[in-house]
Amino acid sequence: MPRIRKPIPGVDAKLLIKDAARLMPDPARRSFLRGAASLGALTMLTGCDIIDGPTAESALRVVSRFNDNVQALLFNPNRLATEYPASTITRPFPFNAHYQEDEAPEVDPKDYKLEVGGLIDNKAPWTLEQLYALPEVSQITRLICVEGWSAIGSWQGVRLSEFLKRLGADSRAKYVWFQCAEGYSTTIDMPTALHAQTQLSFKFDNQILPRKYGFPMKCRMPTKLGFKNPKHVTAIYVQNNNPGGYWEDQGYNWHSGL
Amino acid sequence: MDFGDFRGMTAIDASNARERPAPVIHPRWVRITHWVNAIAMLVMIGSGWQIYNASPLFGFTFPKSITLGGWLAGALNWHFAAMWVLAINGIVYVALGFISGRFRRKLLPIWPRQVIADATAALTLKLSYQDLTVYNAVQKLAYVGVLIAGVVVVLSGLALWKPIQLQELTALFGGYEAARYVHFFAMAAIVGFLVMHIVLAVLVPRSLRAMITGR
Repeated sequence: MPRIRKPIPGVDAKLLIKDAARLMPDPARRSFLRGAASLGALTMLTGCDIIDGPTAESALRVVSRFNDNVQALLFNPNRLATEYPASTITRPFPFNAHYQEDEAPEVDPKDYKLEVGGLIDNKAPWTLEQLYALPEVSQITRLICVEGWSAIGSWQGVRLSEFLKRLGADSRAKYVWFQCAEGYSTTIDMPTALHAQTQLSFKFDNQILPRKYGFPMKCRMPTKLGFKNPKHVTAIYVQNNNPGGYWEDQGYNWHSGL
Repeated sequence: MDFGDFRGMTAIDASNARERPAPVIHPRWVRITHWVNAIAMLVMIGSGWQIYNASPLFGFTFPKSITLGGWLAGALNWHFAAMWVLAINGIVYVALGFISGRFRRKLLPIWPRQVIADATAALTLKLSYQDLTVYNAVQKLAYVGVLIAGVVVVLSGLALWKPIQLQELTALFGGYEAARYVHFFAMAAIVGFLVMHIVLAVLVPRSLRAMITGR
């Protein structure tokens, strides 16, 4: 079962596997409130039936939407994430996904075409060769997982803002939607898409992005939690409606800015 | 005045005292903010334990039966909803505590010698708690301590929530990873206080009544 054999500094390999499992929805997760029954006193104090899962769940989702707006206001497009020296890179960098490491999608570089669409001028798909020819920037930043742990990694690729410019994207559009090889998806707000450190990454630590880290392309944004950084990206759409995302649809906060 | 008159006056005074309502120990704003805080704290702690379990800092996790939220996303949603209640209520409480002079009157001064004397008296079961309007030195220290822990838990929580937008605050706690430990230990201090607080409220039920009715 454990697929990470070497110890990771600051990250317990066994826990990491357990964490990945924990991130997955419980079979009986419909009730956001399992465990709430132990807070019987709380129910009495509030006088409302908080054991009524769906009611509480929808109320919490309303607050989560409110928190999206607060986070959008708190987001300063000019604030940069701290960049670290190469000596601080977490080795090996932890693998984390909604699948096991050996189940990571295998994308054939020869067949790969990045589909682009929505509110853009140039809708021609991109080959890897074309993508690799884009101007490269590099960052060594901290990835923070929604589970709480963090790790420092090194990514190289093109600024998403630069890529969007080449697409002739309407930067007044609200969202950028990422779709991934294995069906994962997420959307981000345009201010984050245009942030200087939001990067379409083709390399990890100056090596072609390995399969486990999202070959051939990941969108790295240090200003958001790890799950908002999609791997194995196969399509990018610029649009005004928000179709949600894999984890967001299950209850994780949409903005998840840092 | 003769002896008989004097006796008569004291009798009247005594009956007045019986009819006069007992002094208010906790004004209404203290009681309201206390109970709002109690609910918000329970939600924050219960959901916080579930969040902790997703990536434990130490070699233990919290039993699922005492956590809130069911799974990580649920716990996070509870945590980031109750935080508004905790923070707004906390700001109101601290502001009124300073403005009304209650903090100064009730919590200060705290003399180390008095703390030692009162702690010794408490441990040898000789400490008087007849007058609930006055806090002993150990109580003062505990209340000031938990107030500080409350401020630290909120600030370290903000540092974890927004480590880039509030990066100066996160740096103040020694960075993101250090802030996780600060947040945990501030929670532990609050839980430690809470255990003593509840035990003592049960041992002196009048104090619990005072926090409900004010007297």
